[in-house]
Amino acid sequence: MTDVEETTATLPMARKCPFSPPPEYETLREKSPVSRVGLPSGQTAWALTRLEDIREMLSSPHFSSDRRNPSFPMLVARPVRPEDDSFRPSLIGMDPPEHSQARRDVVGEFTVKRMKALQPRIQQIVDDHIDALLAGPRPADLVQALSLPVPSLVICELLGVPYSDHDFFQACSSKMLSREVSPEERQTAFESLRNYLDELVTKKEADATEDDLLGRQILKQRETGEADHAELVSLAFLLLIAGHETTANMISLGTVTLLENPDQLAKIKADPGKTLAAIEELLRVFTIAETATSRFATADVEIGGTLIRAGEGVVGLSNAGNHDPDGFENPDTFDIERGARHHVAFGFGVHQCLGQNLARLELQIVFDTLFRRVPGLRIAVPVDELPFKHDSTIYGLHALPVTW
Amino acid sequence: MKIIADTGKCVGAGQCVLTDPDLFDQSEDDGTVLVLNAEPEGEEAEENARTAVHICPGQALSLA
Repeated sequence: MTDVEETTATLPMARKCPFSPPPEYETLREKSPVSRVGLPSGQTAWALTRLEDIREMLSSPHFSSDRRNPSFPMLVARPVRPEDDSFRPSLIGMDPPEHSQARRDVVGEFTVKRMKALQPRIQQIVDDHIDALLAGPRPADLVQALSLPVPSLVICELLGVPYSDHDFFQACSSKMLSREVSPEERQTAFESLRNYLDELVTKKEADATEDDLLGRQILKQRETGEADHAELVSLAFLLLIAGHETTANMISLGTVTLLENPDQLAKIKADPGKTLAAIEELLRVFTIAETATSRFATADVEIGGTLIRAGEGVVGLSNAGNHDPDGFENPDTFDIERGARHHVAFGFGVHQCLGQNLARLELQIVFDTLFRRVPGLRIAVPVDELPFKHDSTIYGLHALPVTW
Repeated sequence: MKIIADTGKCVGAGQCVLTDPDLFDQSEDDGTVLVLNAEPEGEEAEENARTAVHICPGQALSLA
């Protein structure tokens, strides 16, 4: 067992270079890879910076994701909490065996084959938006023209949420993920979106069809006699937010990165068979949803030679893990031919991202189509003037002015 | 080499199917792993099996 130095470090740490993790991660990993950190909530927690330690923690049964428990490490000053207990934790906030059953109920909707069946429709959505982009004024904001609408439309159609309400739920989602808004504003955004989805699920329960995921879940619940309205509302909530915000940011960040690395872009233009490998590398390099890998210990466990006691919070800094030189050679180099798929950008363990194959497919169709149809695409402002989301729980870009 | 799958631990992420669709598939009902070929032959198939084991998030796959 090694001695651990008390550090004064506080999470979250800011990225200095928009394409790299916060520079302090490297110092932490070298000095004390399992170290004490302060959180904006006033809690203290352990921060993990080594890939192997993060994988071990995320696959151990002795760490909990239960966000209702006060031991759960929170990376915001005051978390959103429902005022009553009618809101169920979503998948990401549950532990087995509750989680195992809930995930199994829905995971069949997200298999590799089911996602592939969506390919023609996603292609059509991407083509329509690129048609509109090309017909519109230059420069254009790629976030509004492509990055945000494509995954939003796809998740709306899959779930059965009217896309015409996108301004409303995108605004709610963005407020909930922002570190800049007041806790009251965040709470209001949470309540509004919850009420909206509560009404939507109620409407669907009156007229459930096989046409969308929520309808299929309602019909399945009826078959098993386990109708649970609150569970469906929380599932809709999670999938709607996770389904558009994350992929949208990866589309924008990936486009910038590929444009900034023309040698790498040339490789996927010459051989679209390499696009998926490029996407894995982009996921690794950015690791945009880092706080999803926080847990607390339910027993005394040793991780990386350090004893973590029951009740202590742990933040798996997955972006640090994805830049650990013991896990990835020359981790700061963007190399689409690296072939490394053991990154933890989608997490690891039982909570690994449910929608990861939908995300991969959307990114693949977007990059292949965008660079083929707009070969002269370029960023319309200097890269250091781009508004990167240093203020959000999910990293990305607020806007991406492009021209061609 | 023999691939062993523990469907009780599988979380349906589909990483194995992405790695080698000739070796793995997913159940249509609950997304859990189906091993299509438990005894991969040849360097590439064996390497894919090792990758699938390494990246499986539920640690549901092993080799014997």
